Amino acid sequence: METKTIATRESYGNALVELGKEHEDLVVLDADLAGATKTAAFKKAFPERFIDCGIAEANMAGIAAGLSTCGKVPFMSSFAMFAAGRAFEQVRNSIGYPHLNVKIGATHAGISVGEDGATHQCNEDIALMRQIPQMTVIVPSDDVEAKAAVKAAYEFKGPVYLRFGRLAVPVINDEGSYHFEIGKGHLIREGGDVTIVATGLCVAEALKACEVLSSKGINADLINIHTIKPIDEDIIIRSAKKTHLVVTAEEHSIIGGLGSAAAEVLSEKCPTRLVRVGIMDTYGESGPARELIKKYGIDSDSIVKAVLDNHE
Amino acid sequence: MTEEELKLTANEVRKGIIEGVYAAKSGHPGGSLSIADILTYLYFVEMDIDPENPSKKDRDRLVLSKGHTAPALYSTLAHRGYFDVSEMKTLRHVGSILQGHPDMKHIPGVDMSSGSLGQGLSAAVGMAIAGKMDGASYRTFCICGDGEIQEGQIWEAAMMAGHRHLDNLCVIVDNNGLQIDGRLEEVVSPYPIEDKFKAFGFEVSQIDGHDFAQIKSAFDKAKDTKSKPCCIVAKTIKGKGVSYMEDEAGWHGKAPNDEEYERAMRDLNNIG
Repeated sequence: METKTIATRESYGNALVELGKEHEDLVVLDADLAGATKTAAFKKAFPERFIDCGIAEANMAGIAAGLSTCGKVPFMSSFAMFAAGRAFEQVRNSIGYPHLNVKIGATHAGISVGEDGATHQCNEDIALMRQIPQMTVIVPSDDVEAKAAVKAAYEFKGPVYLRFGRLAVPVINDEGSYHFEIGKGHLIREGGDVTIVATGLCVAEALKACEVLSSKGINADLINIHTIKPIDEDIIIRSAKKTHLVVTAEEHSIIGGLGSAAAEVLSEKCPTRLVRVGIMDTYGESGPARELIKKYGIDSDSIVKAVLDNHE
Repeated sequence: MTEEELKLTANEVRKGIIEGVYAAKSGHPGGSLSIADILTYLYFVEMDIDPENPSKKDRDRLVLSKGHTAPALYSTLAHRGYFDVSEMKTLRHVGSILQGHPDMKHIPGVDMSSGSLGQGLSAAVGMAIAGKMDGASYRTFCICGDGEIQEGQIWEAAMMAGHRHLDNLCVIVDNNGLQIDGRLEEVVSPYPIEDKFKAFGFEVSQIDGHDFAQIKSAFDKAKDTKSKPCCIVAKTIKGKGVSYMEDEAGWHGKAPNDEEYERAMRDLNNIG
């Protein structure tokens, strides 16, 4: 059966329209990228609640902050590079410090931006955003999870960073039975020989890796961590205690992202061998997303190799 | 309030600034003193606010984008009744609500946290847009420093304010002419400030920021201006009211010692 694929940025745009129908206080901001971030659908449905800020992300962050002090629930949207990168200090000081109820919808995160190349491939945003005190950081793995995450972010009071991708990725969660709770990971496969902790598009890659490993007699626990902060410590520790080997997988630098977050949890609370699969300390380059995912070592083969190289 | 009453109130606000900065042994007296008259006029005359109900939905809002001059805002709020004037002596002390820069989470009457220069006007634009969306009557005021407008984000925000015809927004530029490294025109000149805001779609007034008659007429004009945001460029004197601080860049971010404190209070007590 052909697996359905959809980019989580599409899910973001669709979820905003659905939520917009129910909630008058929801407003969407964009910085001249509505077609790409998929907020164009919201703009069409609710033009009076859509604010195009032009190519000025720092200003957009401040406007979102101001709107939230007046009771609006703003979703500010741009590419991860600009929302988390360009506007970092505005997010930190104008949104984070006053703990305002602003949601940051960052699309085009990671290397799967593809052809636009290194200037637009943000592999640092999780590190930047999870540093901000009391910032919630969510990285959905597919359409089902992304839509649920946007809804949960709306219902949550406080700043939330949501990370979406440009590339269409397989739908791996079941819409009917799926339940999203901020800060709660999902054990989506139970094996017990090794723990794989994945986020974003690497969850689907890890699922494929689990199949390959299984054929080699290694059965993995696979944990989908959609909330990088606050991270679900218990689910990681419970599995690590059993398997004694944890492999993290993410479309983000190995510095400061999920791998680092897992390392922080494990080294303090349950010292366990940890191997990080992610973007090495390097910039990306132009090319088709799938080729880059392979070349930069975050595909299922890379996860399989990380397990085989370290599993005794 | 009569002009005389405003002058005396502003003088009390100035004493609070000196008390606070002296007790903190740090802070920014120069730019606080330069904006004291305008803040006094705003909170005692112009703004629709209620100190008993600081988060009243339809209140007028103020963003102190030049957040380092928090002592002026705090002293004004205290004298207006938001909290006790004696709190000024806790400025910048561990555990005090009065943080070095405005903190909306803990200080009654502070509408936006600020301090990192260049960011406040964007938040004020957001408040003004929210007001327009809701058809609300409240207005938003934003005080920027003249050095602060070297930050590019100010012009992003100004462009947006002009583009959206935010006539419920009034920007005040405290033009005291000095920044940390010296005179503005010797660092990086923002002049002509008036022409720049005009080009961004603002109705612009130029006033003496220590003359209450001129302050009144500028704010009256701002209130009556339709379909355009307003900018009041207020020519002020950094350190105004304390003889040895006036027009001295050195008093941007320095607290008076014991002797200087006595002299400052003597100067201010001579006024009223």
